[in-house]
Amino acid sequence: MREVAVIGVGETQFGELWDKSFRDLGIEAGLRAVQDAGITTENIDAVYVGNMSAGRLIDQEHVSALVADYSGLSDMHLPTTRVEGGGACGALAILQGWAAVASGLHEIVVVGAAEKMTDVGEVKAMEILTATADQEWESVFGATIPGLFAMMARRHMYEYATTREQIASVAVKNHRHGALNPNAQFQKEITLESVLKAPRVAEPLGLFDAAPLSDGAAALVLCPLEKARRFQDTPVRILGSGQASDTVALHDRRDLTTMDATVVAGKRAFHAAQKTPADIQLAEVHDNFTITEIMAIEDLRFVKKGQGGPATEEGQTTLGSRIAVNTSGGLKARGMPVGATGVAQAVEIVRQLRGEGGKRQVQNAEIGLTHTLGGTGATAVVHLFGRVN
Amino acid sequence: MAGIVSYGAYVPRFRIQPKEIGRVWGVDGEAMGKNLNIRAKSVPGPDEDVITISVEAARAAMKRVPGVSPSDIGAIYVGSESHPYAVKPTATIVAEAIEAGPVMTAADFEFACKAGTAAMQTCMGLTVANMAKYGMAIGSDTSQGAPGDALEYSASAGGAAFLIGNVGVAASINHTVSYTTDTPDFWRREGQAYPSHGGRFTGEPAYFKHVANCAQLLFKRANSGPQDYQYAVFHQPNGKFPLRVGKMLGFDEKQMDTGLLVREIGNTYSGAIMVGLCAIFDVAKPGDRIFAVGYGSGAGSDAFDITVTEEMDALHKAKVRTMRSMVEDFKVIDYSTYAKYRGKIKMREG
Repeated sequence: MREVAVIGVGETQFGELWDKSFRDLGIEAGLRAVQDAGITTENIDAVYVGNMSAGRLIDQEHVSALVADYSGLSDMHLPTTRVEGGGACGALAILQGWAAVASGLHEIVVVGAAEKMTDVGEVKAMEILTATADQEWESVFGATIPGLFAMMARRHMYEYATTREQIASVAVKNHRHGALNPNAQFQKEITLESVLKAPRVAEPLGLFDAAPLSDGAAALVLCPLEKARRFQDTPVRILGSGQASDTVALHDRRDLTTMDATVVAGKRAFHAAQKTPADIQLAEVHDNFTITEIMAIEDLRFVKKGQGGPATEEGQTTLGSRIAVNTSGGLKARGMPVGATGVAQAVEIVRQLRGEGGKRQVQNAEIGLTHTLGGTGATAVVHLFGRVN
Repeated sequence: MAGIVSYGAYVPRFRIQPKEIGRVWGVDGEAMGKNLNIRAKSVPGPDEDVITISVEAARAAMKRVPGVSPSDIGAIYVGSESHPYAVKPTATIVAEAIEAGPVMTAADFEFACKAGTAAMQTCMGLTVANMAKYGMAIGSDTSQGAPGDALEYSASAGGAAFLIGNVGVAASINHTVSYTTDTPDFWRREGQAYPSHGGRFTGEPAYFKHVANCAQLLFKRANSGPQDYQYAVFHQPNGKFPLRVGKMLGFDEKQMDTGLLVREIGNTYSGAIMVGLCAIFDVAKPGDRIFAVGYGSGAGSDAFDITVTEEMDALHKAKVRTMRSMVEDFKVIDYSTYAKYRGKIKMREG
């Protein structure tokens, strides 16, 4: 297998982008990544597109060919593939792109991911998101994604005495980070009190514990590491990746407070990269809800099980501490264009490792991690990225 | 110059408060009301609808000008989103009630919340062209908000009637300009009881874009600025949007205070900007200049530059209730009474 590098990154603004269509977003992110890589479109061998639910959100399937078509690539007849895995599809697309380059199947691959969520109402969007849970055993009985994550939060509070304030401190931190990200949906700091007093969504989680429904896209250009410097002065290496699955229904899980898919995907990624959690300086973890970040940093072994709440409250995961978690603002503040999440996370890590983090730059960042979930944790994908010195 | 010869308004006296609506739906209604800058909304009684509201408003307008013969009204247009009949005119009933016609033209308008101001412009055209001596333009609604929806806190009832003409003008319309696009942020299909809306999409790309652009067009047309007006009134779907757009345009709260009735009676839709104007006419002095911009979802904006004339003092105001008296004369009802009055309770058939 060949080593694979990221030579270009691009992303759109995230938010309620009423004046931009799905294809506008895909093209914008893709072109930025191609320009950043310093390649021309003739160099592209294949395109992988992560997208969760364009079929239901904008009535458009077959989005991989569509994005290539509207990017002016139709006459190249490129292989284009859409990858779906709930909220993890962007991260899965990276894995597919990596495999294609590592195996020698392709030389230069564009991995894009996009989601357009605001063309439908909030109720419909939530219904579509809930389709990532088990339709027959969860959704049909009225369970919703917020409701399921609220159950995890309740159990975590019961098992580990995690407090409401500790959970809320995830939102405060991620908004603080998001305020430093010019592409974030919410570039505004919030107080602990406002998180605690926000209207309830599903007890104990409130409105400010939940990531927004967003429009946005992100893209990467991958190529073999040995060729990377031809295009990019500061390539970033994909050190290792891990993917794992679990039961789709939450009630079938061994433990409500641990996502085994995250644990296994993390172990696989660390093993592939020959690294340990202690080697990581920054991580973009899936924080569709505040509790999800707390569970993620535990399951990835950044902190001991049950210590995610206190660690966050004490500032151990904030910018400038031993591990900076969600410097982009995370799904919470950067925004949650569901299917685009994994690639948007990778864009942030690559920028940080290239020293292009701006006001939110993590000093001496050498190795960064992305963690992306599908559904309530039935799919987890972890990627490790490293600076090429 | 064409303008408003007389005016009249009507707002039902029943009110429901956000706290009470929130109580039923398990929502902090008080916070909701604060957020919307709405303290109460008017509720039509069981015998009130767009026809009765329009008739009351039209009668009030005619009472202020006893010298005007109803037979000189050559046109009546009623703008509303809630005409009681799908097929059967409102305007003819209003005409009969004020003894206008039969030699006249009439129509019902539906053009989102700016159907009333569209009627004003149409009447201006007819009177300027001498096709009618007077035209009656009415904006009136018993607006709908689905139970539990955010709209339920604001959708209210009320309306106003303006007698438009060239002679005896109490408020001359110096300029009017419109800004129209297809930006569907709010809609209700035939047969549907409640409208759908695009949430936050109703803000920036809809209300603010249209109102601000139309206002700028009017400034340009009138070669004026915010400092030239004593009063400003904007379409008021809630108490926040008009204040924000007004400030964006350079108006201060004092200029906007008199016409901002939404805080006390909610959003009267097609009536909103017109009842706001009525509140201003009640207190304005000759020479006062008014800046008014209406808005209708998916319809656009109509803007008016208005100057109050000496004729305003000659109107027979004593015989007619002021806007303020209607706003302040209210009876607060609970949600169950509101549900009954608004026909939200399914009744026995037959």
